[in-house]
Amino acid sequence: MKIAVTVNGKRIEEDVACDLLLVDFLRAHGCYSVKQGCETSGCGLCTVILNGDPVLSCSILAVRADGCKVETLEGLKEEAAQFGAFIADQGAEQCGFCNPGLMMNAIALFREYPDPDEETIREYLAGNLCRCSGYEGQLRGIQAFLQWKKEGQP
Amino acid sequence: MLTIENYVKAGSLEEAYERNQKKANRIIGGMLWLKMSRMRVQTAIDLSGLGLTSIEEDDREFSMGAMVTLRQLETHAGLLDYTEGSMKESLRRIVGVQFRNLATLGGSIFGRFGFSDVLTEFLALGAEVELYKAGRMTLEEFSKMPADRDILVRVILPKKAEKSVYMSLRNTSTDFPVLTCGVSKTSDGTVRAAIGARPGRAVVVGDTEGILKNGITEETAKAFGEYVSGQIVTGSNMRAGAEYRKRLVEVLTRRCILKIGGEQ
Repeated sequence: MKIAVTVNGKRIEEDVACDLLLVDFLRAHGCYSVKQGCETSGCGLCTVILNGDPVLSCSILAVRADGCKVETLEGLKEEAAQFGAFIADQGAEQCGFCNPGLMMNAIALFREYPDPDEETIREYLAGNLCRCSGYEGQLRGIQAFLQWKKEGQP
Repeated sequence: MLTIENYVKAGSLEEAYERNQKKANRIIGGMLWLKMSRMRVQTAIDLSGLGLTSIEEDDREFSMGAMVTLRQLETHAGLLDYTEGSMKESLRRIVGVQFRNLATLGGSIFGRFGFSDVLTEFLALGAEVELYKAGRMTLEEFSKMPADRDILVRVILPKKAEKSVYMSLRNTSTDFPVLTCGVSKTSDGTVRAAIGARPGRAVVVGDTEGILKNGITEETAKAFGEYVSGQIVTGSNMRAGAEYRKRLVEVLTRRCILKIGGEQ
């Protein structure tokens, strides 16, 4: 089936199998930050932003993204680098495997709630599992990043 | 692994219904549960082009298309206000935001899954469903029907509940629930409790004995909790045993009733 998807601002037209998952489509187009983790829709590792909403790319067919705009970490390098530095400051990146999914969902959080409280942050990111950090470092990093933005970044 | 040979975005409900009569074909909602199966689907039928993605509200009811996502329900200001937060409470622990941006109301309700928070909450609120061929009926009636090849078009929530409360217990925060409990009270004082994740599909128990007719107190709430527990069949699975669930029904129902009665 022929689909047209705009990935990080670049329009891609391709014939795809009907059961191809969006995660596999994106990886085939060089978006290696998007990874398969649990395969049970529970870990958040494959998070991408689809027409503005964070979704699990392992759980949606590529054909369903026809006509949509998809953002991955590759397309958000500057935004991600700024935020990622605060995560690294807290030593919260650890093994790094879950970080792309966390960053994508955190960026979606910042867009939806520019000044979230702790409960909103915890709840929004509950679908991003991390086996290293215990989440506290991630929370501190997010709060420090938000504070930095609030104080007017240089 | 799920395999799909063809994908069709239905142009009308009639087309979707006709295609869905073939056993090898499947309507796809959010596809989150289906995706974990090893099914071989000949034609996946997508309803997302049929205008079923909005929540409409008037003085009498909310009308929600089958393709409305759980996240839409969770963040809808009208539903938040009407349910006093019970709708959000029933949804916010379902995996994560990314999951709830895909999972649909129709998929959750049509599947009538035992573990469903969504089914429990909508049963507690006295919702109705509109099926393409069978028409409109109460969700309670629909929840007891065997699966068939009809299409769930929308879910209707008549504005009858004056108060509603939702609680669930989970072993870990975003896991399937061990037990779910939704309670609502209408302006004429009618109380209904829905209990799900028994682990069977959710069921409704009303106050047919008039336990709460003279008001909600610690004693009547406890008595109603015990009554509901006595009416419900629970079972065991990897998350909890049947006896434990029986006790949970008592506790969660009592807590919900007390909250309905104004206790914080």
